[in-house]
Amino acid sequence: LLCLRANDSTFNLSFRYANNAIKTSKYNIFTFLPLNLFEQFKRLANAYFLFLLILQLIPQISSLSWITTGFALIVVLSITAVKDAIDDINRHKCDGQVNNRKVDVLMDGQLKNKKWMNVQVGNIVKLENNEFVTADLLLLSSSEPLNLVYVETAELDGETNLKVKQALTVTGELGDNIEALAAFNGEVRCEPPNNRLDKFKGTLTLNGERYALNNDKVLLRGCTLRNTEWCFGLVIFGGPDTKLMQNSGKSIFKRTSIDHLTNILVLCIFGFLASMCSILTIGNAIWETNEGSVFTMFLPREPGIDAPLSSFLIFWSYVIVLNTVIPSSLYVSVEFIRLGNSFFIDWDRKMYYPKNDTPAQARTTTLSEELGQIKYIFSDKTGTLTQNIMTFNKCSINGKAYRDLYDFSGQRVEITERTERVDFSWNNLADPKFSFHDHSLVEMVRSGNPETQEFFRLLSLCHTVMPEEKKEGELNYQAQSPDEGALVTAARNFGFVFLSRTPETITVVEMGKQVIYELLAILDFNNMRKRMSVIVRSPEGKLTLYCKGADTMIFERLHPSCNKLMEVTTNHLNEYAGDGLRTLALAYKDLNEDYMIDWKQRHHEASVAMEGREEKLDELYEEIEKDMMLLGATAVEDKLQDGVPETIEQLAKADIKIWVLTGDKQETAENIGYSCNMLREEMKDVFVVSANTAEGVKEELHEPKIITNNKSGHVLCHIFRNARRKMCPEAAEEPTVIKSRVGLFWLKKTETVQDEKVDGDYGLIINGHSLAFALEKNLRLELLRTACMCQTVICCRVTPLQKAQVVQLVKKYKQAVTLAIGDGANDVSMIKVAHIGVGISGQEGMQAVLSSDYSFAQFRYLQRLLLVHGRWSYIRMCKFLGYFFYKNFTFTLVQFWYAFFCGFSAQTVYEDWFITFYNMVYTALPVLGMCLFDQDVNDRWSLYHPQLYAPGQKNQYFNKKAFVSYLIHGCYCSLIIFFIPWASMNDAVRNDGKDIVSHPSFAFLLQTCLLIVVHTQLSLDTYYWTAVNHSFVWLSTIGYFAISVTMYSNGMFYVFPSSFPLFGAARNTLNQPNVWLTIFLTFLLCILPVVAFRFIFIQLCPTINDKVRYKMRTEELTAPAPRRLLRRRSTRSGYAFSHSQGYGDLVTSRKFLIKRPLKMTALFTQTDSSIFQNQPQHYRTIAEEPQSP
Amino acid sequence: MVKQESESANRPDNTAFTQQRLPAWQPILSAGIVIPGFVLIGLAFIGIGVALLVTSRSIQVLELDYTGDSNGSPCSSCSQSDIANCKCSLNFTLTTLFQGPVFFYYGLSNYFQNYRRYGASKDDNQLYGDLSSFTSPSSSCSPYNYDSSKKPIVPCGSIANSMFNDTFTLTRTVSGTTNNVTLDGKGIAWWTDYNIKYRNPSVTPLKNAFNGTVKPINWAKPAYELDASDRSNNGFVNQDFLVWMRRAALPNFRKLYRRIDASGDYQKGLPAGNYTIDITYNYPVRAFNGAKKIVFSNVSWMGGSNEFLGIAYLVIGSLCVVMSVVMLIVYAKFKFPDEE
Repeated sequence: LLCLRANDSTFNLSFRYANNAIKTSKYNIFTFLPLNLFEQFKRLANAYFLFLLILQLIPQISSLSWITTGFALIVVLSITAVKDAIDDINRHKCDGQVNNRKVDVLMDGQLKNKKWMNVQVGNIVKLENNEFVTADLLLLSSSEPLNLVYVETAELDGETNLKVKQALTVTGELGDNIEALAAFNGEVRCEPPNNRLDKFKGTLTLNGERYALNNDKVLLRGCTLRNTEWCFGLVIFGGPDTKLMQNSGKSIFKRTSIDHLTNILVLCIFGFLASMCSILTIGNAIWETNEGSVFTMFLPREPGIDAPLSSFLIFWSYVIVLNTVIPSSLYVSVEFIRLGNSFFIDWDRKMYYPKNDTPAQARTTTLSEELGQIKYIFSDKTGTLTQNIMTFNKCSINGKAYRDLYDFSGQRVEITERTERVDFSWNNLADPKFSFHDHSLVEMVRSGNPETQEFFRLLSLCHTVMPEEKKEGELNYQAQSPDEGALVTAARNFGFVFLSRTPETITVVEMGKQVIYELLAILDFNNMRKRMSVIVRSPEGKLTLYCKGADTMIFERLHPSCNKLMEVTTNHLNEYAGDGLRTLALAYKDLNEDYMIDWKQRHHEASVAMEGREEKLDELYEEIEKDMMLLGATAVEDKLQDGVPETIEQLAKADIKIWVLTGDKQETAENIGYSCNMLREEMKDVFVVSANTAEGVKEELHEPKIITNNKSGHVLCHIFRNARRKMCPEAAEEPTVIKSRVGLFWLKKTETVQDEKVDGDYGLIINGHSLAFALEKNLRLELLRTACMCQTVICCRVTPLQKAQVVQLVKKYKQAVTLAIGDGANDVSMIKVAHIGVGISGQEGMQAVLSSDYSFAQFRYLQRLLLVHGRWSYIRMCKFLGYFFYKNFTFTLVQFWYAFFCGFSAQTVYEDWFITFYNMVYTALPVLGMCLFDQDVNDRWSLYHPQLYAPGQKNQYFNKKAFVSYLIHGCYCSLIIFFIPWASMNDAVRNDGKDIVSHPSFAFLLQTCLLIVVHTQLSLDTYYWTAVNHSFVWLSTIGYFAISVTMYSNGMFYVFPSSFPLFGAARNTLNQPNVWLTIFLTFLLCILPVVAFRFIFIQLCPTINDKVRYKMRTEELTAPAPRRLLRRRSTRSGYAFSHSQGYGDLVTSRKFLIKRPLKMTALFTQTDSSIFQNQPQHYRTIAEEPQSP
Repeated sequence: MVKQESESANRPDNTAFTQQRLPAWQPILSAGIVIPGFVLIGLAFIGIGVALLVTSRSIQVLELDYTGDSNGSPCSSCSQSDIANCKCSLNFTLTTLFQGPVFFYYGLSNYFQNYRRYGASKDDNQLYGDLSSFTSPSSSCSPYNYDSSKKPIVPCGSIANSMFNDTFTLTRTVSGTTNNVTLDGKGIAWWTDYNIKYRNPSVTPLKNAFNGTVKPINWAKPAYELDASDRSNNGFVNQDFLVWMRRAALPNFRKLYRRIDASGDYQKGLPAGNYTIDITYNYPVRAFNGAKKIVFSNVSWMGGSNEFLGIAYLVIGSLCVVMSVVMLIVYAKFKFPDEE
């Protein structure tokens, strides 16, 4: 247990608590070099090259100058070191900035302005409004009544609403009395530092009395003080001990599947290297016994080294010579390419959102090629697919539909931002943000059409909205569900302004005239009733019941005289439902006074009944809500973000499966499913699994049985089986699971559930409660199978943890690359779990963005991120790896062949400098150029043909098979590069009769052939020749000759006589026609087969890429016309209402109508009253409990 | 709307580079390029191949093995004895003129000048005339850096030590009289080797530079006395030494020994007649199954005789033509870019 005493530094110092300075940096000036080097050598590749370097320093073994490895290693190490240094400097800056923030600290009886880092545990600090909380504080007192403090915790948990903290009364009395605070000597005992944000346990001992402390009394570092003038706090945890810092633990380091594959391949290459060396060692042993032992007259053995030992040493010598199969620059280059591709994402203007000035951001630079392999997308709904804005979109009043615009020829007109809006200037209370386009409705309402007026009167009366007047004349509605807000706002703009309410009255301004209605009863909403009503008395004394609710509910309770109207309205409703709008039907009923008195009496009795109150009330409601007159219907749009349906359609075409995971209610989620075209009317079936109530499951199974938790698992299993049987009758009962082993040394076991073929499209909707069971061990494969057979999967009312579990499930059993996209703190878990996490940025909460790998402002940018950037990155990375392995195999295997002609003596066929420069200088730039700029088809075509994305998902461009083909290709080229010059130079002489086959000139010839061949191969692989590519390729080729001629020039020889063994080789060979003829022959023999093979391959089985590339050549693509999604009329109910039970009581209960300060929102989320429990899903909270039956 | 100017502060630059819209050439392996390309390359190759073959056929080459492996061959006695300067001679007859300029090579086979330790066994600084390396040769020359009495060996190392030391004289017998054919040993090494890479210390007389050093163990004469007839052809710039030091890349190689001096009767080359090569047989090769030979050859624009290149070009050229026909058939059958 931790113990500290206020204002007693000597006491507190004895415990050596951490002070408030934070340090996230890793190094300082002196420790940088040793620590950083140590870190770097912990990497296997670097350690391996260090080992090689050491081998090369042993003279008996060294077959190559140490420079060859040393140079590369130094370059690689220094690039990484520079990057680390920059990162660390930034961290230092950040730390410094935070540590140097100022805060008032109470010291020696007065407030002193001190730096954060000098704040000690036990100090008392004073915070002012909008200041960051310095450390984890025990709240002592505040400026607000009841010692309340409002804080925003966005930085901690991403929630942007205000939270309330309250100090103990005993400390609150201290107020801002400096003397009293200075004399405060309370002793705090609490739990040691930990990372639980929602728990705090401790006691405060003051004057011999003990007070319990909980989370409510603690201000955490990372919060911001809001709406509070000042407060005093006692520092409990400082710096690294604070909960914020304890939480900022290591983030999971994500690696791409290509990374894993590369690691495996590098291991394979190690094996390959070892076997090559072993073969050569055996060769050397044979040579030493047969030839070497008799050649000793010219080449005596070194003392103490006999044939076996010599062979042993040769093994290591060849490890050095052939080490270039594993190029040290591989990892650096890979990182570099990914970095480049990440920059292109940052720079893309088409993923920049001008409205809030947010560019796309690649926050992780190491994952870019994985973007090209996504198979599953898990998306949040609110804030990701939708804008979280409800708009009153359409309505049908008395059988006439409003909002659809028709031009003169009767064609429906597309409504855009430019469409002329209805002018509401006649109404000085209108909300300026509201827009509507159908002028006829305004005309109707202004002309005094009774039905229209009644329609809007209903909307202005029948709701639970709270009005709020912040400033004079500025009316704001506090709607607990956004649907209601939209409806009441619509009524307001059409001249029925809801002004204020008391428990008994509702004040409305009707067409400029203030009217006060007496509120007699609110018949509250609940999930079974799916409707709500109010009973009001107008000033004229007319009693009316106004009801709004689900069409299915209302239509059952209409007066028979409405039948005809009902038919017309139903048609309209079907249209709205087809458009994915949320619909409500509206009805009214005039009541007579006597009946009302009687009913009121019974209502009162029922509402105080001790037993069966709910049932009795329901009965009463049922009784009065009948024979109603239909007024019409409303359609509210849960505004999707721009381009969401199109994006989803595109992604679906790219064979990416999209699952929506949302905390919302089933109806609203389903509605969004339809409006963004994930669920479609033409789908064969949409399975709904919502076992949150026993009744639900019963209904589904026609089994009159109460289902306990245990059994509901059973039931689910049935549901899944039935669903599967329907989708695919011949599907096996048991899932086909393919077990295999992957990973380093094949240690990792994997199980993959196979995809199954299904005829037609199906959808699956499952709610959180069912999901909880379905995710259990025995059921999860059932869930996965069924879900994967469906086109669309929507999980509603899921908790953050379940989101993560779903992602995990797919990740584990599908072995597919997953992407999670979300905007809120409740998406963080799935963002972290998925292979790639995407955060929607530019909104208030930053938590999702902070834990994401990529962030941008709009969901629609996802298609560009995946279909353009992801695809390009993947192709580039694959091309890079393929080419890189190819070029190093070719390079190294030539040495292998030469071994057979030099007595297996580890004589290198190339010059040391060439080996040093080959990867780092001669071939570095062209391959980087290709892998940064290459595009097989441009972005527009990529988006036009989403099918181009499929090869990435199937991992087609770089896999083990491809690797073997690169190996074989490298082998072939190395054979040509060695044996053609060998054959043609065997007895060759120069045309002046002098020798030409000396070792230096042979080396030079091979180097030149090699370089020309690999550069030409690169040129064949490059699809997109920018000026940069041209200059890189040509500069590297010319550069090679220039460097060769310079290195072997007289001048260089005079300066370093023994450094350049190839001195003179360039000019003595390059002037020989037979040398050039040999180079030409070698080059064409390496290249022509590739050209022929590719050509024939394209002819025989052209890939989609080939087709699009040819198509692109012949047609210049004009931007594809925006496709309008075809909507059909729907026969399902479009009802969806994010309202919840309990608000009716609330608005009629007096306690909530007391004028409260403007921090109402804060109270809404903070209180423990019923209102919090019934928080609509719209205000998302982290812990979402499934509704109990 | 106060921050109007900073409104789009984060908007990425609209450049062709950042938007990945750099103008680019996007070549495609289309039938229109590939098939004619193959035909053209094929035809060109066949043309070059024919030219190479004709040229190569016109070059005269005469190879004479004198290892003395088999009993009865002229040098078999020498090859079996260890006597220094063992003499033997080879006779050959030219029926036609051996077109000049004629080059006289010696060839060795199964000889690993390209063995790593062999190749490293020299001291570049010493050969560059650095006197400090005379007194302390590089350890890379080991075991030929010091002799048994710890005196430095100059030039040190295995390469120098194993220098080829057979000598040849060529005589022509015309109607009973024997004439010496003059052999020209000047400028047979690379210009760069002679003028830059190898250099004698600037001490006169040259002999003094070698004070305190010993000659390589296998050598009969010290470096400064390699050519008694020409004082400038001594030390490290001795042409034979330079030729030997230019290490062969492959185990079978030939090195230039002399040129036939194109004067008098030999202006046009070696005329028809009977010739004798008198060999001073010193170099032992039979121990490691090596072979020695003498080669006379003339050259063309493309160097010495090289059948391989010509044949290779012909074969590849024909294959290209065949390939182009195959591709044409495939293309005619599938017509990829056209069918859609």
